[in-house]
Amino acid sequence: MTAVSTLPPLAAYALALGDDALILAQRLGEWVSYAPQMEEDIALANIGLDLLGQARTLLTYAGAVEGGGRDEDDLAYLRDDRDFRNVQLVEIPNGDFAVTMARQFVFSAYQYELYTALLVSADPTLAGLAGKAVKEVDYHRDHATQWVLRLGDGTELSRARMQAGLDQVWPYTGELFDPADPTSLPGVAADPAALRPAWERYVGTVLEEAALRRPEPRWRSRGGRDGLHTEHLGHLLAEMQHLHRSHPGASW
Amino acid sequence: MSQPAGHGTRGWPLWEVFVRSRRGLSHQHVGSLHAPDAAMALRNARDVYTRRGEGVSLWVVPSSAIVANSPDEKDPFFDPALDKVYRHPTFYDVPEGAKHL
Repeated sequence: MTAVSTLPPLAAYALALGDDALILAQRLGEWVSYAPQMEEDIALANIGLDLLGQARTLLTYAGAVEGGGRDEDDLAYLRDDRDFRNVQLVEIPNGDFAVTMARQFVFSAYQYELYTALLVSADPTLAGLAGKAVKEVDYHRDHATQWVLRLGDGTELSRARMQAGLDQVWPYTGELFDPADPTSLPGVAADPAALRPAWERYVGTVLEEAALRRPEPRWRSRGGRDGLHTEHLGHLLAEMQHLHRSHPGASW
Repeated sequence: MSQPAGHGTRGWPLWEVFVRSRRGLSHQHVGSLHAPDAAMALRNARDVYTRRGEGVSLWVVPSSAIVANSPDEKDPFFDPALDKVYRHPTFYDVPEGAKHL
């Protein structure tokens, strides 16, 4: 199998964004039948399915640009953890509902700025995907924001758990904005570092309204985009991939 | 009203959902759901009832705000209408040669 580092830059970029969406979709799927309310169960599944749709487009495109004949299924199901390019934020376990909402809040706020920037990408596939996805992500961001506000400004218990959720995910947010390789894809990719100011404004405003403290972690995660992951990703992949690997080419 | 705001098993009140499927049509009742407040009820309604492009407008109404007649009142409410055949247009014969009907 081709090592990811040898992929053309555009394929590597699409793969990184697609892996973010794919892995978070898998995590959100774990909530199905476990969410606190049926209505929330459906909402989390909806958000997961939106992300899965984005992942399919991005992985298909990555395979096409690579030109090696790999399709979305090959990329989703037949790579090992070191070949995944997602940020570690999306692979960390769901935790309680507040942790899941904290993760969704910071990630959707990032993805909203990302897709907004990609609307004017010189690459028509990425621009087309962004046009559809930005509306989906607008809703994901709003959904998570509503919960951050309600749990933060709710009871003493809900507030403590929402704050704990934010504290838990915050060290993983730095990876979202690590500067891209300067040689890659001017005018096509969105420079992650340039997305940060708008993200900071959005999350800052919400946290202030929710009377929650912006965490100031003393460490930060690194390496997801280079294939360095937490121990949690391997377990997630085992569950996500085992059917396809046990029955290659199976269909129904 | 016996129940305060029709609270569900987990303490979230019940909401009735109305969807307008197209411009020019009226909102139709499609079902109900639980939500902690009005803003979340609207979002839940979007997820539960309009996932396949069913609507262009959503209303949510607290179920407790709906005033309904009691089943015991069925007879006085509805029976008197049954024998008033003249309330239906089919009661009237259209004269031969009447135009513009």
